[in-house]
Amino acid sequence: MHTQSIPQISAALQQGQLSSVELTQHYLNRIERYNPQLNAFITVTDELALAQAQAADKYLKNGTAGPLTGIPFAHKDIFCTQGLLTSCASKMLANFIAPYNATIVEKCQVAGLVILGKTNMDEFAMGSSNETSYYGPVKNPWDLQAVPGGSSGGSASAVSARLTPGATGTDTGGSIRQPSALCGITGLKPTYGLVSRYGMIAFASSLDQGGPMAHSAEEVAWLLNAIAGFDPRDSTSLEREPVDYSAQLNNNLQGLKIGLPKEYFGEGLDPAVDTLIQTALQELEQAGAELHSIELPNTPLAVPIYYIIASAECSSNLSRYDGVRYGYRCEEPQDLMDLYQRSRGEGFGAEVKRRIMIGTYALSAGYYDAYYLKAQQIRRLISNDFAQAFQKVDIIAGPTSPTPAFNLGEKFNDPVKMYLSDVYTIPVNLAGLPALSLPVGLIQQRPVGLQLIGNYFGEPKLLNVAHQYQQRTHWHQLTPTHF
Amino acid sequence: MSLSPEQVIKIANLARIAIDTQAIPRYAENLSDILAFVEQMNRVDTSGILPMAHPLEAVARCRTDEVTETDHREQFQCIAPQVEAGLYLVPKVIE
Amino acid sequence: MNWETVIGLEVHAQLATKSKLFSGASTAYGAPPNTQACLIDLGLPGVLPVLNAEAVRMACQFGLAIQATVPARSVFARKNYFYPDLPKGYQISQYELPIVQGGQLKIEIDTLEKTIGITRAHLEEDAGKSLHEDFHGLSGIDLNRAGTPLLEIVSEPDLRSAKEAVAYLKKLHSLVRYLNICDGNLQEGSFRCDANVSIRPLGTTTLGTRTELKNLNSFRFIERAINFEVERQIALLENGQKIQQETRLYDAEKNETRPMRSKEEANDYRYFPDPDLLPLVISPQFLTQLIPTLPELPDAKRDRFMRDYELSSYDANVLTQSRELADYFEEVVSTVPGEPKLCANWVMGDLSALLNKHHLDITQSKVTAQQLAKLLKRILDNTISGKIAKQLFEAMWNQEGEPDALIEKQGLQQVTDEGAIDKIIDQVIQQNPKQLADYRSGKEKLFGFFVGQVMKLSQGKANPAQVNELLKQKLSG
Repeated sequence: MHTQSIPQISAALQQGQLSSVELTQHYLNRIERYNPQLNAFITVTDELALAQAQAADKYLKNGTAGPLTGIPFAHKDIFCTQGLLTSCASKMLANFIAPYNATIVEKCQVAGLVILGKTNMDEFAMGSSNETSYYGPVKNPWDLQAVPGGSSGGSASAVSARLTPGATGTDTGGSIRQPSALCGITGLKPTYGLVSRYGMIAFASSLDQGGPMAHSAEEVAWLLNAIAGFDPRDSTSLEREPVDYSAQLNNNLQGLKIGLPKEYFGEGLDPAVDTLIQTALQELEQAGAELHSIELPNTPLAVPIYYIIASAECSSNLSRYDGVRYGYRCEEPQDLMDLYQRSRGEGFGAEVKRRIMIGTYALSAGYYDAYYLKAQQIRRLISNDFAQAFQKVDIIAGPTSPTPAFNLGEKFNDPVKMYLSDVYTIPVNLAGLPALSLPVGLIQQRPVGLQLIGNYFGEPKLLNVAHQYQQRTHWHQLTPTHF
Repeated sequence: MSLSPEQVIKIANLARIAIDTQAIPRYAENLSDILAFVEQMNRVDTSGILPMAHPLEAVARCRTDEVTETDHREQFQCIAPQVEAGLYLVPKVIE
Repeated sequence: MNWETVIGLEVHAQLATKSKLFSGASTAYGAPPNTQACLIDLGLPGVLPVLNAEAVRMACQFGLAIQATVPARSVFARKNYFYPDLPKGYQISQYELPIVQGGQLKIEIDTLEKTIGITRAHLEEDAGKSLHEDFHGLSGIDLNRAGTPLLEIVSEPDLRSAKEAVAYLKKLHSLVRYLNICDGNLQEGSFRCDANVSIRPLGTTTLGTRTELKNLNSFRFIERAINFEVERQIALLENGQKIQQETRLYDAEKNETRPMRSKEEANDYRYFPDPDLLPLVISPQFLTQLIPTLPELPDAKRDRFMRDYELSSYDANVLTQSRELADYFEEVVSTVPGEPKLCANWVMGDLSALLNKHHLDITQSKVTAQQLAKLLKRILDNTISGKIAKQLFEAMWNQEGEPDALIEKQGLQQVTDEGAIDKIIDQVIQQNPKQLADYRSGKEKLFGFFVGQVMKLSQGKANPAQVNELLKQKLSG
């Protein structure tokens, strides 16, 4: 039953062919069996899952169930879950039992989704390989030597290995799309402000956005229906009329203009990835889309400015971890300074500390204009590039990541090299646009993702294009061999 | 742009992060690499360009002035490292 | 050398909202520690700020009241520093684009008016409190106050003495209370002041090195602290020493300032726009609609009092110091029309004396404006003399009853019956033959003595005007 899609499971539950408890137990069994190899979960919530499943079965019986009622699900460990460990994969929060639920968690509960557990991730979502987790690296189910991508690596790995039908992720510079690509699943980073950030532990507030990860665009659409929407508790949340994200899935692609930025197909792109992307684009062409070459000239600057902006915001966002009110506190602090320095020095991992320090430096007196302000100016140029492109095309397509999954340890000690693996995903966060990654093939059993970028609030269009592609291909239905 | 060990110490201090003395050269190297990489920004003339602090051109939305929160001190303090008499305890604050 | 003192003041006025600047927790004073610190105030992971509309409205009102610019767009920024009473490790404040820009306040010093520039006023959240009672060598942190809205009002360095500084503060204090945007309670910290103090040789224009004085929680301490600091700086410079730019705490017990030991190193606040909050946009329409909601402000009220009630500038200033006092006065005047000076004298005299004696403010007065008005009416209709009125006023203060009932009960009606007064005068003259002889031989000063004796014998009830007239006739024989 774990190879079925969410709509299929939903139908089976609604028709009483399957109970949520059976289904949930099945997934819990799979987690028990496979998680030790993958390390995709930090916390598995067996008891809570079964209790929620029982409740879901009641609703299914009495006819008050919604389309997602009783379907197992997992949350990235960056979302606060009341009464459960919410660690952000950091030693700093390894003892943090959240006293409240994130809006996204609340919405999933309301929709009737059953929580299987909390998934592993890069510490505080800082990383592209899931190697910075305090709980150890996550493995890619397609190849246990390979990274799953990051930072939502646990969610991607768990969905890919079918330890859960879907999961939440967060995306600050590609953290939903890149692991989705590397693990062969479909993941959507929504328009900034579409999904509430309340209760989602902040990395870089002006870039962070939560979103759904699943096998197919159709499932992603169903999940987005549950989690999107205005939240008065998030000042950056957008007030908009509710949208049914699955309504346009079946539109045909006749006349759809797809822009191919030449900067996304140049130096640094693995030729084998290029080939698979071209094949996928031909498939879309056959479905009626038109391919247009476009330019996003400021793309090369996206990664450098991202590391200034994201680091600056994170240096401030992570100041609250001081060992006073919650979280890690060092042993026997000598004085206040010692309390701060050792709690933070011991509680944060190397990558987090690097970024805090870069951000602190970029904001400090005498450097602000040269770094932070300059980066924010270039950010506008990057955003303008997209605005111009969307005057000519409906969506933009290209690779999600320049290479398939790399090996564990391969880039771990070279931060800059690691950062460059996000070159195609970062511009989207800077501009706040929606983008989706979907699987379009394998290179030596390692998946490759196609990235589709939409204009603001263009989620229905992105999901439509991805769904039409998935109607014609099977890549999203594959399960890694040993799972 | 390359950072000296002294600068690394100063930044670490500002960020309240203890780092081992042996780790300082390593940090200096890593951070310098990142800053060197970031230098590319300077190729672009950005004079007259409005900084973009936020992805969308939205404006602040305010809440009405109402007390909506109740006391949850006990719940919040059960996850605190050290509390007494309802207060969070820290090493002596000197003014 | 002659030195000139240069003072700029930073006032933190706590805005009188019900809930905090960015959360729905209560701002009420005096709750048990940390019971009014919600998820957002505690800076828990994942929480987000949402701006309080009322705080914005209050800041705009203040901007309008000081003829400042309230720009269409202002921005919240983070001020980053570590301190245990600052839960997020940053304070949400405004930096480059504050909500109020460039205003002014008029003060009066020895009847001379002076305009003090206000550079800016910005919204920011307050920090919590560190309690230094001994918890086995540790400090306790109470975050109830964390997130309370503050309006930080920054003056230009236009003030030239401690006296001017206090006059400015009192004026500002009066203004925020008029606007009803701050309760102005200095003891509870709702109105706090830091002073930037420097000196320079008289006649020069460059600013000297300044020190920032903190912990100034009464008008008296502010004046003393500034005076102490000025003397200290003069002594240093005259000894050929330099002034350190630093923050100094005022110690009221020792009446001295001393350098603060913490928060000093590396004051690099790394301000940047808060990415959790979007730019605050205030429309001209919003401001236009706000103007009619402003109360009559102290200066306008003072001018009106001088014009309509023909009061002196001094009287008008005193009576308009607080909105409540002015309202009280106007209520008395409206009941006793045509006698504003009498009303003013009573409000500023006997009433204020009793209020001061009992450390009460006008809203806590034991005598209502209506009661005082009734009393004044009895003076005006000659039922009682001014002297009796003073006794009565004390009785009214002590809640012994309404003026008319007291007059009745104690038989305090003024004696205006000519025959009765005649009798008393005759008696006095009879009892003092020597004084009479002296008077008649030219010692006219003794007239006062006779008046006093008559009043005494009448227990103060004889109408003084009549006493004067009849006495004159009789003494001249």
